[in-house]
Amino acid sequence: MSGFGAESAGTRGLESDGLYAERLTVHRDGHLIIDGIDCRAPSGAVTALIGPNGSGKSTLLHALATVLASSSGVIRFDGDDLTALHRRERARTIALVEQDASTELSLSVTETVALGRIPHQGIFADESDADRAITREALETVSMSDFATRDVTELSGGERQRVLLARALAQEPRLLLLDEPTNHLDISAQLATLALLHELAASGVTVIAALHDLTLAAGWSDHVIVLADGRVVAAGATATTLTPQLIDEVYGVRAEIVARKGHRPTIAFSRRD
Amino acid sequence: MLAAAVLASVTFAVTFGPAQITPAEVWGSILHHLGIGPSPLNPLRDSIVWQLRLPRVLTAGAVGAGLALAGVVMQAITRNPLADPYLLGLSSGASLGAVAVLLLGSALLLPFAAFLGAVIALAATLLLAGAFGRITPGRTILAGIAVSALAGAITSLIIFWTVTGDSYREILAWLLGSLAGARWPAVTIAVVAIVVAGIPIMLSGRVLDAVAFGDTSAATLGINVSATRWIMLTAAALLTGAMVSVSGAIGFVGLILPHAVRLLVGPRHRLLLPLSALVGASFLIWADTVARSLFDPRELPVGIVTAIIGAPIFAVLLARRKVAS
Repeated sequence: MSGFGAESAGTRGLESDGLYAERLTVHRDGHLIIDGIDCRAPSGAVTALIGPNGSGKSTLLHALATVLASSSGVIRFDGDDLTALHRRERARTIALVEQDASTELSLSVTETVALGRIPHQGIFADESDADRAITREALETVSMSDFATRDVTELSGGERQRVLLARALAQEPRLLLLDEPTNHLDISAQLATLALLHELAASGVTVIAALHDLTLAAGWSDHVIVLADGRVVAAGATATTLTPQLIDEVYGVRAEIVARKGHRPTIAFSRRD
Repeated sequence: MLAAAVLASVTFAVTFGPAQITPAEVWGSILHHLGIGPSPLNPLRDSIVWQLRLPRVLTAGAVGAGLALAGVVMQAITRNPLADPYLLGLSSGASLGAVAVLLLGSALLLPFAAFLGAVIALAATLLLAGAFGRITPGRTILAGIAVSALAGAITSLIIFWTVTGDSYREILAWLLGSLAGARWPAVTIAVVAIVVAGIPIMLSGRVLDAVAFGDTSAATLGINVSATRWIMLTAAALLTGAMVSVSGAIGFVGLILPHAVRLLVGPRHRLLLPLSALVGASFLIWADTVARSLFDPRELPVGIVTAIIGAPIFAVLLARRKVAS
């Protein structure tokens, strides 16, 4: 943890930059899901949240989004205490792209993305031209402009995933949390999404994505937080943290990091003998 | 334009009936009672307009608007396109509350008892739906049927033990949904409920859009989800209780009107809410006009008319859902 922090402070110059959570604990139905986690995600970087099924990735993301009533601990973002912010202010700061969120309401794609503007609007105010422009731009960013008038209940899983990402972008968040953003996407859309996350990070957004695909995490994240049984077992720069030994320890498989010049690293897996 | 349609519906619906009265005479009478000019009608015909037909038509409009609003809200909050005050047991609960105090002889408490009955029935339905795991649309409907059946049985029991002779028929007509007894006090109750519940509902258009993707999704958009749910469901129960106390349990208005309006203007609640209210008002005014004129001089409870129209539409919606899922 401390090495990670020092590095972030070294490159960013500010100790308070990015997300910082301390003693984060979540109970659900009497079970301890997140067990006093300390973690950190620097701004201007993509942090991958990895860990086996049931390790608490999704719950941790929801806790960081401050939408869980049953969580305790400190969550600071760029120096502010997130849990102390008013909920509308929080919604202008954090956006969460859930996994498999769906609806029965036949909103159009544009109307769905426009929901992301709610935290920026008053109760009585109607959509402004600026809201509409931001909505359009968000749709363009995820390459879904052609779907603008389509019924969101009739989209495929991958299309809906991108629409919900666009809705999150329309919130103009400084902290973007994503739960398996590459699910349902074909490989080109997966890479496009990951490239987009890097662009966002480069523009100053703090990006944290739960990824179950370690290859994508190895190739496309700057930092990783590795969860197992509701605890952080490792965290730091992806290149130095996501090692074959760690993968063996956490996932129980043999892994070989394949790094070719000019390509993003990938991982080759095999079963442990 | 729709507001004009409601006004026209009111005007023409008042002209329907055994005594021949023209639209101009209707307005003349209304203006006279508002203190403008003399009435064009003789005292008897004037009192037919002002004491009988107009309050009945206005009550019909208010009840139609209220039930349609309650339907939209319940469909949005429970994320269940089949939700409506009637199907989820609110109407039966309100009827039970109303019958209970009615037979205790306390007409003054009627709207409150109906509201309380609606709230208890709603709570029972949601608890029952959630008792065996996640609340799904199908489970909610089944729970609503169970609560309706129980409330209905208790209502019948109370009536069976206490009501005799002519009043039996009267109570039965009211239970089936009837506007026959609607006078100015009914208009007052219905309109007050629409104002009190309608203001928070109308202000929640965008919020109701946002909850469509689930509680978490709404919370990340800065919405206080639990407060929204309680305010909206209480408002729906208030509307249902008030409407049942003046007109009995009129079914399917809350279900079919929102669907019809959605087909016309789409699902965005900022538009859907006011338009459903206006279309609901016009619809029930005409349904009631049909109910009282079709077999003149005998009168059908309007609930029978709405059920005859609504039940097949409900079946179609149900069948379409099955295909979709």
